[in-house]
Amino acid sequence: MKNKSIKQVTGTAVPVQGNDIDTDRIIPARHLRSITFEGLGQYAFEDDRKQADGKHPFDEPQYSDASILLVNRNFGSGSSREHAPQALMRWGINAIIGESFGEIFFGNSTTIGIPCLTVKEQEAQFLQESIRSDSSQSINIDLDKQLINLGLHTIEFQLIESVRQSFLSGEWDSLGQLLEASQDTQKVYEGLPYIAGFTHLFKEHSTD
Amino acid sequence: MGKTLLDKVWDAHTVRRLPTGQDQLFIGLHLVHEVTSPQAFGMLRDEGLQIKYPDRTFATVDHIIPTDNTKRPFSDQMAEAMFLEIENNVQESGIPFFNEESGLQGIVHVIGPELGLTQPGMTIACGDSHTSTHGAFGAVAFGIGTSQVRDILATQCMALSRPKVRRIEVNGRLGKGVFAKDVILHIIGTLGVHGGVGLAYEYAGDIFDNFSMEERMTVCNMSIEGGARVGYVNPDKTAFDYLKDRRFCPTGSNYQEAVHWWKSMASDSNADYADVVIIDGASIEPMVTWGINPGQVIGINDTIPDPTQAHAGDRDSITEALEFMDFDAGAPIAGTPIDVAFIGSCTNSRISDLREAADIVKGNRVAKNVSAIVVPGSQQVLNQAETEGLHEIFQESGFEWRRAGCSMCLAMNPDKLVGNQICASSSNRNFKGRQGSPTGRTLLMSPSMVAAAALSGSVVDVRTV
Repeated sequence: MKNKSIKQVTGTAVPVQGNDIDTDRIIPARHLRSITFEGLGQYAFEDDRKQADGKHPFDEPQYSDASILLVNRNFGSGSSREHAPQALMRWGINAIIGESFGEIFFGNSTTIGIPCLTVKEQEAQFLQESIRSDSSQSINIDLDKQLINLGLHTIEFQLIESVRQSFLSGEWDSLGQLLEASQDTQKVYEGLPYIAGFTHLFKEHSTD
Repeated sequence: MGKTLLDKVWDAHTVRRLPTGQDQLFIGLHLVHEVTSPQAFGMLRDEGLQIKYPDRTFATVDHIIPTDNTKRPFSDQMAEAMFLEIENNVQESGIPFFNEESGLQGIVHVIGPELGLTQPGMTIACGDSHTSTHGAFGAVAFGIGTSQVRDILATQCMALSRPKVRRIEVNGRLGKGVFAKDVILHIIGTLGVHGGVGLAYEYAGDIFDNFSMEERMTVCNMSIEGGARVGYVNPDKTAFDYLKDRRFCPTGSNYQEAVHWWKSMASDSNADYADVVIIDGASIEPMVTWGINPGQVIGINDTIPDPTQAHAGDRDSITEALEFMDFDAGAPIAGTPIDVAFIGSCTNSRISDLREAADIVKGNRVAKNVSAIVVPGSQQVLNQAETEGLHEIFQESGFEWRRAGCSMCLAMNPDKLVGNQICASSSNRNFKGRQGSPTGRTLLMSPSMVAAAALSGSVVDVRTV
């Protein structure tokens, strides 16, 4: 159950500025009233877009083909809804670069194949400004060399090493690996006192 | 060097080290609700996989259930479809289901502890970020996404990296009118909304030693608002006594053995922490948020921050929040008029919350122009409150008394703000649009402070009413 390995992501980018953009803003809760993730892409940032009245980057024509999202600090904080990265992915996003990420959002993105890369505050701002001044520029993310390339600029990014390896090896969706260890899982299941009913623990103590 | 509770629980549940370097962690208790699970069940069907350990998963309905009229079919067709889906899924898979007919339905983070499902030393996961609530018992509890719900249904495991632990000690005594909600809002205000990313929070000190389980749950619940996916309190007699005789708690000699094991899971006195933060409990005031994240919070007698006087890195965020809230920099938060008062949510809808709020409300009237609702966290909380007559106290003062559910905390149901209404809320998030109206505004505070605001029609120091 291996996925495709992700070594490079290349494409144009869309800057969405602001710290602490939470998952309620990425996908408002009313769109969670569904039993599938289908069609979520059109609702990404819906309320922010409405309030920006056509001026939100997700509505500006120069970014309509973008596949790399440029953000700032603590992007994706809040709710655990996987609908947030699902909506971004269905809008067309394949990778996200920012100063930091909400932890559950980071994990949810990883597991559907969207790398969230961490760069320094000034570097995140530099990338956003560069793309704002010329949206036709392509960004290349090299997960193997751990570098972001934009024109003549090269920026080193941070990514938890085990997660980076999982993209390179194609094991970012962990289900396949988890399924492999069913015997070891059964051992842990049988050995946990609260599942065994605690009686075996009593026996162990009495033979001490 | 000793071990923390997190290390002990992690070690006891580790199946193996994965080739990527993450740990394959066994999840002892999996809680499921109607919003984040249907896609997971669907993925299993698509892959042809079975539920591996249906005895370790329990389900309820909370997010979309209406709190006024729960008669089926619901008027909201999408809500009805989601209900049919979870009913079908639990029936097919044999997962125990606490629906309304069971009399045990409620917000997943209220009923887990209430039923004694939540126990010390467990790993717990649920497709909801406030799963950290269960850490109050000395469990390691994670909020997860839908793909991880799928992983747990199929394998009872998750792939995770072990977090480091920050110990947060709150010592001394809390002042009058200061509650667990104020403690966690103070912690988030101090450490920031992303201060806990990559960390687990261990809450300790005099304040937590003396807290009831419900108070500990309120604090652990909001760990994620400070960026920490996991928050916990070491298990002690307060936790063991709370669990005794609850439906899923071991009985007789098994209970004695359980207590023995639970005690052994607490952090060692010489455990190693990433860092230790010490807070003086006496310095904590009744807290109110003024902005668009839970870290934008001040004491009731403080003034709203001025971006020109803030750190350069915070200026844009403060300006954005002031614009959205339509508040003035430098203005006092006390006296801010409110339109709606909401007492409920997985943070503050337990019986002690309702008792404290009723205490303030008793014999008084909700201000004109304020619509006020109380939503108990579970059917059991509702029944207990009605036995004590709390519903009459609320109703006589002008509050609506509702049925159990998440209600207006995230407004996936008919309970919503309208336009740019301001809501004094005992919930956990003041994000833009969180309470159902894209321009609606939320002020987070303790249930007592919400009650006091409902009576006066504006934000007020509960110590003065």
